[in-house]
Amino acid sequence: MKKTLKHLFSLFAVFALVFAIGTEAMAAKAGKTLKNTKKKGFVKCGVSQGVPGFSNADASGNWTGIDVDVCRAVAAAVLGDAGKVKFTPLSAKERFTALKSKEIDVLSRNTTWTLSRDGGIGLTFNGVNFYDGQGFMVTKASGITSVNGLNGVSACVNIGTTTELNMRDFFNSKGFKYEPVVFEQADEVVAAYDSGRCDTYTTDKSGLAAQRTKLSDPTAHVVLPETISKEPLGPVTREGDENWSDIVRWSLNVMIEAEELGITSSNADAMKTSENPAIKRLVGAEGETGAALALDQEWSLRIIKQVGNYGESYERNVGPDTPVGLSRGPNAQWINGGILYANPTR
Amino acid sequence: MIFKNHILRANEFIAERPKLQYYLPQALTLFFIVFVIGYFSFNAGVNMEDQGMETGFSFLGGEAQFDIQFHLIDYHGGMTYGRAYLVGLLNTILVAVLGIFFATILGVTIGIARLSTNFLVSRIAEWYVEMFRNIPLLLQLFFWYFAALRALPPPKESYIFFDFAILNIKGLYIPEFVWTNFNAFFYSILVSIVIVVLFIIWAKKIQERTGKQYRKFAISSGIIIIIPFLSIIIGGVGLEFIHPELKQISETIFNYEGGSKAIPELLALVVALAMYTSTFIAECVRAGIEGITKGQKEAAASIGLTPGQILRLVIIPQALRIIIPPTTNQYLNLTKNSSLAAAIAYPDIVLVFAGTALMQTGRAIEIISITMLSYLTLSITISILMNWYNKKMAIKEK
Repeated sequence: MKKTLKHLFSLFAVFALVFAIGTEAMAAKAGKTLKNTKKKGFVKCGVSQGVPGFSNADASGNWTGIDVDVCRAVAAAVLGDAGKVKFTPLSAKERFTALKSKEIDVLSRNTTWTLSRDGGIGLTFNGVNFYDGQGFMVTKASGITSVNGLNGVSACVNIGTTTELNMRDFFNSKGFKYEPVVFEQADEVVAAYDSGRCDTYTTDKSGLAAQRTKLSDPTAHVVLPETISKEPLGPVTREGDENWSDIVRWSLNVMIEAEELGITSSNADAMKTSENPAIKRLVGAEGETGAALALDQEWSLRIIKQVGNYGESYERNVGPDTPVGLSRGPNAQWINGGILYANPTR
Repeated sequence: MIFKNHILRANEFIAERPKLQYYLPQALTLFFIVFVIGYFSFNAGVNMEDQGMETGFSFLGGEAQFDIQFHLIDYHGGMTYGRAYLVGLLNTILVAVLGIFFATILGVTIGIARLSTNFLVSRIAEWYVEMFRNIPLLLQLFFWYFAALRALPPPKESYIFFDFAILNIKGLYIPEFVWTNFNAFFYSILVSIVIVVLFIIWAKKIQERTGKQYRKFAISSGIIIIIPFLSIIIGGVGLEFIHPELKQISETIFNYEGGSKAIPELLALVVALAMYTSTFIAECVRAGIEGITKGQKEAAASIGLTPGQILRLVIIPQALRIIIPPTTNQYLNLTKNSSLAAAIAYPDIVLVFAGTALMQTGRAIEIISITMLSYLTLSITISILMNWYNKKMAIKEK
């Protein structure tokens, strides 16, 4: 009996020690994400499980896409190398938990910026890298040419997205009947729609364009012209580390402003001698932009040289010459009639 | 050195008090458990506050804003998350009940078939068991949903059975039942059940007293058929069917409207769960029957019981004692396995509540706790019912 008690005491002591250490390690405070990232040597980035053009891995595991480029820009700014990113593919359902549990530090996964997400669940949205909207895809044979023909259909949709809510708003506002068929994985949604279980497949239009490439006969389907919602997609960080959120926000901003000012990955070095102070600031030849983010002076230059400006990233991943084939539309610069408008980097 | 003395003294102190010796370790264990739970809750609370997360269960009263394909109670997106939870829970219960029902019937049939003296029948049963219990359930589920049900025709070319049930890729439709004077019919069934119960009690007493036996089964079925039948004639009970109608939505899209509908996701889930679990139940049944020694049968025959009576009065009551406990496990497994529903879009509690609702509210800890508690409650309810039945079947020593 005495022995049992002694064992119990020592066991207790060991546990107390372990947990005391645990508490200290878990109490991360502001600014720590940057320090940790530098210590680890890579940026922890959450992406999708495969949306061509946005975040998609090829056969050898190289990630490409405009969402991927945001993480690469952050890595170029913070670590000096756009290749130092560890990508974690996440489902729509897992993404916020992964970010909040510090499994990832940046979530760049076609995520819609909404009030409830920004305010209610401890997230910070850092700008918009793609202006999207929800649409519907149907078979060409169905003869449906407008969303007004969708009364009584069954609609396949992905779980845990704003899509699920917009769909209800849309059908309700029209007074239409519908049947929502909700799947956890994007591939299952595509399979169910392809087999005829659903009459329509609804998600963001960029997603429809990307997923259409996976259908058995992509040419037999059309995306209806109407857009039923606003979906500003952008990179997300945890609340509580303003410094890190600023780095992500301004890394994206640099890419957008570089396009506006005509700075590309190939002419960035030459631009150092430009007459325009805005250009000089962006390539690090004037002002002290890095200090405000606790970064060095060349952070923005590295982003432009290694990742390119927003336009380059767009054309490379989702532009008209890619399989996704999306024209710039609202994602053109404001000076070209779009709504892409970078804040001044100064 | 001083410290060592203290410990020695403390040991002496404890050794002199047997009651303390008994309670102290238990108190320490209790303290330890409370400490660990408290520590984790506290830690979670601090971390959540750090991250600006709200906590609490008030979100259950908020508007859900999403629709659910299949609901047993009235539901639309304007109702609360609490209501959506209830819809998901009921859908889970529906699958569990249907699954257990069909798994039991299938399992008992296959189990008895395996003992058949007919070579072909017993071999087929054996193959069935070996095949379906050795393939992972998720794969079977995908097979039934993505392969088997996909072979069904679109609504316009539906299979129609007896002008009653309609089967196509969007589900199984049956007409809506419209009763007139349903109450008269309902009460007549209730009354006939009461009469049958009273009759059986009375017949048993007579048998115990005089040894006279009534044909209980025949008389009881007679009562259950005749009384409701009379109520239909006298009480003017009527039943009408409202058949689902085929509606054209566009050039190629047709859907049935009206009637009652079982969605294909439910069909696939029930088929997969029932077939998978039935193999285990079949083995339980076989074990139960084979566990009765031959002597029992011979002894029963020697006192003049008929083969039917031997089965009913000697074999089955004893076999059930062996069958019930492992079958309870299978019922519990089936209920928990029903959570795979989320993979094929059946709106059970995991898909609706731990899926959509969790995503929309971000209340991971609260929602997962509620979901776990729900499964726990369901499982314990099944356990209690089965244990009660088991006790009823156990040997009662007189």
